Amino acid sequence: MVTAPRQSPVVVSNAARLSDIVSRTRELGIVAVLVLLVVVTGVVQPNFLRLNNIQFVLLDTTMIALLALGETVVVVSRNVDLSIGSVVGLSAFLSANLFGHVAGIPIPLVFAAGLGIGIACGAANGLVVSVGRVPSLVVTLASLYIFRGLDILIVGGGQVVAFSLPTSFRAIGEATVLGIPDLAIAAAIVVAAGAYFLRSFRSGRELYAIGSNPDAARLAGIPVARRTFMAFVASGAIAGVTGVIWAIRYGTIDSTAGTGIELQVIAAVVVGGVAIFGGSGSAVGAALGALLLTSIASALQVLGISPFWVQAIAGFLLIAAITLDRGISLRLTTTLRKGNYRGGA
Amino acid sequence: MNQTTPILELVGVYKRFGAVQALQDVDLSLFAGEVHALVGENGAGKSTLVKILAGVHRPDRGRLLLHGNEMRLTGPAAARAAGIAVIYQEPTLFPDLSVAENIFMGRQPLRFGRRIDRVEMQRRVRALMQRLGVPLDPDRPARGMSIADQQIVEIAKALSLDAQVVVMDEPTAALSAVEVDRLFVVVRALQAAGTAVLFVSHRLSELFAISQTVTVMRDGRRVFNGALSGLSTGELVRRMVGRTLDEFYPKQEGSLGAVALSVRGLTRVGIFSDVTFDVRHGEIVGLAGLVGAGRSEVARAIFGIDRRDSGDVIVGGRSLPVASPPAAMNAGVAYVPEDRHEQGLVMALSIARNVSLASLARLRRGPFILGADERKLAATWADRLHLKYQRLSNPVSMLSGGNQQKVVLSKWLARRPSVLIVDEPTRGIDVGTKQEVHRLLSDLASQGVAILMISSELPEVLGMADRVLVMHEGRLAATIPRAGATEEAVMLAATGTVRAS
Repeated sequence: MVTAPRQSPVVVSNAARLSDIVSRTRELGIVAVLVLLVVVTGVVQPNFLRLNNIQFVLLDTTMIALLALGETVVVVSRNVDLSIGSVVGLSAFLSANLFGHVAGIPIPLVFAAGLGIGIACGAANGLVVSVGRVPSLVVTLASLYIFRGLDILIVGGGQVVAFSLPTSFRAIGEATVLGIPDLAIAAAIVVAAGAYFLRSFRSGRELYAIGSNPDAARLAGIPVARRTFMAFVASGAIAGVTGVIWAIRYGTIDSTAGTGIELQVIAAVVVGGVAIFGGSGSAVGAALGALLLTSIASALQVLGISPFWVQAIAGFLLIAAITLDRGISLRLTTTLRKGNYRGGA
Repeated sequence: MNQTTPILELVGVYKRFGAVQALQDVDLSLFAGEVHALVGENGAGKSTLVKILAGVHRPDRGRLLLHGNEMRLTGPAAARAAGIAVIYQEPTLFPDLSVAENIFMGRQPLRFGRRIDRVEMQRRVRALMQRLGVPLDPDRPARGMSIADQQIVEIAKALSLDAQVVVMDEPTAALSAVEVDRLFVVVRALQAAGTAVLFVSHRLSELFAISQTVTVMRDGRRVFNGALSGLSTGELVRRMVGRTLDEFYPKQEGSLGAVALSVRGLTRVGIFSDVTFDVRHGEIVGLAGLVGAGRSEVARAIFGIDRRDSGDVIVGGRSLPVASPPAAMNAGVAYVPEDRHEQGLVMALSIARNVSLASLARLRRGPFILGADERKLAATWADRLHLKYQRLSNPVSMLSGGNQQKVVLSKWLARRPSVLIVDEPTRGIDVGTKQEVHRLLSDLASQGVAILMISSELPEVLGMADRVLVMHEGRLAATIPRAGATEEAVMLAATGTVRAS
C-alpha cells in the first residue's frame, strides 16, 4: 500500500503560529486604537491629557476591568453573568451602610463584607446553573431583578450620603502612586493574577475546555458542575468587592447604584476578544477592552460630543469586534483545513 | 501470550433505559495483547457496552473485573484512572484548545506551585507523536483538523494514560483506506505493547484484518464469542442479523436513458479542478477516492452549497446558476449530505417535520402548512422505506442511525428528484439497513433516477455502481466501468499510483 504524504510540519506550524497571532493581534489592536485615540484627542483638546482626567479614566476603568475579569471567567466556560450590576448595587449599599451602624468599623472588614455579599450572590447563581442545569442567561437575568429588588427593599427611598462615610474610606479613592490611583494599581494586579490563573492552572484551563466543548469536558472527567459553580462564585466575589469600590468612588449610594453596568462589562469583554460562546479569550484582553471603552467615553466628553454618541460608538465597536472575530475565525478554519488538504490525506 | 486472566472482564451485565433492555446478561473478556472485535447491528447494544466501559453508564446488574478484582466505575474519570481509554466514533476534542492541551486536559504536567508545565507538556506530546509516527504540531488548535488527525489525538491521549485497555468505537468510519492502514499500524503497536484493544466496526473486512477474537451482539445479548480465524464473513453476518443475506449489494442491471446530470470542467480553486462527467437516467455512478480528495466538495458545488469558480453543471439540458441550492432543487436535484446530525436532519424536530422539510412549498395551503398533510407525507414515505418508529411526532434524535438515514432519504425522495446525490449513504448504519438502502437506490435507478453516490466503502461502490469515478487530490484520476472495477484498480487510482483514464 502506498503511504499518503503526511502534512508537512511547516504548514502545520504556520497554522499554529497564525492562531497565536490572531489572539495577540487582538490585544495589540486594542492598544493601537487606544494610542491613536489618546494622541488625536490630546492634540485636539489638551485637557484630555491632564493628570486629573487620566486619573478619572483609570478609576472608571478600575471597576469595569475588575468586573470584566469575573465576567471573563464565566464567559469562557460558555455562560454569562448578567446579575453583576445588581450585586454591585447591593454590596455598595450594605457595605457602606456598615459605617453608620457599627461605629469605627475597620475598613478591611467593610471590604470583607462586600466580598461575602458577592460570594453569596455568586453561589446562588452558580448553584442554580450547575445543579439545576438552567441556562445561565435565564438564571442571571432573573437574579439581576431579584438582587435589585432586594436592594430596593433594603434601601427603600433612602441613601448613604458621602459625608456619613469616614474620610479615611473616601481617601482610598484619591490615593495615588506616581499619579496613578492606588485602586487602579490594585485592579491591575488582580487582573494580572486572574489572567495568570486562567492561563497556567488546571482549573483555569478546564474552564476553557468546558466552554469549548461541554460534552467532551464531561467525558474527559472534568468536574463541570463544580467548575461552573466556582466561576459564578468568582464573578460574584469580584462584583461584591467592586461594590465597595463603587462606594469609595461615588460616596452617595441609592438603590439604583450599578444599574446597567453589566452591559458595559460584557461589551468590554467582547471587545477585548473573549469569545461570547466560550472557549477562548483572555482577562488581559477584557481589561484592555474596558480601558478602551472608558477612554472613548471620556474623549467624547472632553471633545464636547453628545453622550448619545458614547453609547452608539460602544455599539459600533461591539459589532466591529464581533464581525472581526467571525472573519478571523472563518479564515483561520479555512487555512487550517487547507493545511490538511495540501497534505493530501 | 498468557491468556489465563483477562485484563478486563464483564460478567452478566444488564442495562435498561426506560422500556428498552439495552443489555441482557452480557459477558466480555479482554486479554493483554489481543484485539477483540465487537460487532452487531445498530441498536444491538454495542454503544451501551462501550459506555459502560467508559464509566458513562453504570450497569444495573453484573460485575466488572480488572485483573480479576471487582471494580465500580463511578464516572469517566474513574474509568480513566483504571486504565481504560475510550476513543469515540466522533472524536470529542476541544476545538479552541491546542493538540497538547487536548491530550493532557485535566492531567497537565505541573511544576512548582501547581502551575502547568507547558515545556514538559510539549515534550511529552512530541514523544507521543514520534511513537505514533505522525508529526502533529502540539501547539496547533484542534479546530479544522481532519477526522483522522483528530483520532490520532485521541489515540495519543490513550497512550499518554498508559491505558491497559483501549476501546475504539468505529474508529474507521470516517477514514480513507490509507488512514485506516495508518491506524492499524498504531493498533498493532498497542497490541505488541500488551494492551487489550476492543475494536468496534461495521466494516467486517477490517475486523478480519486486525482482530483475533470477536463478540457478536444482537438485541442486547451476546450471541457469539470466539476466535475470528475460523469464521467467514457470511457466517459472521448471519450471526449478527440472525438471517442469511444472500446478496450484499443488489444493483439490478437496467437500461440507461439520456444524460440527466452533466458536469463540465467544474473547478473550485484550491479544492478541486476540471471535473467533468455525466450521469444518465437509470445509472448509478460511484465517486470514490480518499477522504480529502474533494468528493464531497464536488457534490456540494454541484448542488450549489459552495460556489464554483468555473465550469458548468447542466441538469435536464439547462445550466444551473452558481451557488443556488433552491435552483438545483427546482431542477430536480436532491442531495443527501454526509453528516446526518449536522446537515441532513434537524435533530430536535419530529420525524414528520424532517420528512416534509424539503417539500413545504408543495404542502403549503395559502400561508399555512397543515400538520395533517405533513403526517400523511411522512407516513407514506416511512411506510415505503420500512422506517422503524414509534410515533411520527417523536424527534428524529430518538431513532437509530440507520432509521435517521431513512428519514433523510425520505425528505429528498418526497420531492421525486430526477438526480439524486448521496454522500456516504450507509456510514455508521447496520448491515440490515445498509442492504435496504442499497436496494432502495437500485430501485430508484431502475425507475430512471440518475444517482451519484459518494462512498468510502469500496465493496459498496463496486457492488452498486455502473461506473466508478475515482478522485485524487482534487482531480478525476480515473473512470472505471463496472466490468473493470476491482478494489485494486480503484485504490491505485485513488492513491495516485496510476493515472488511468
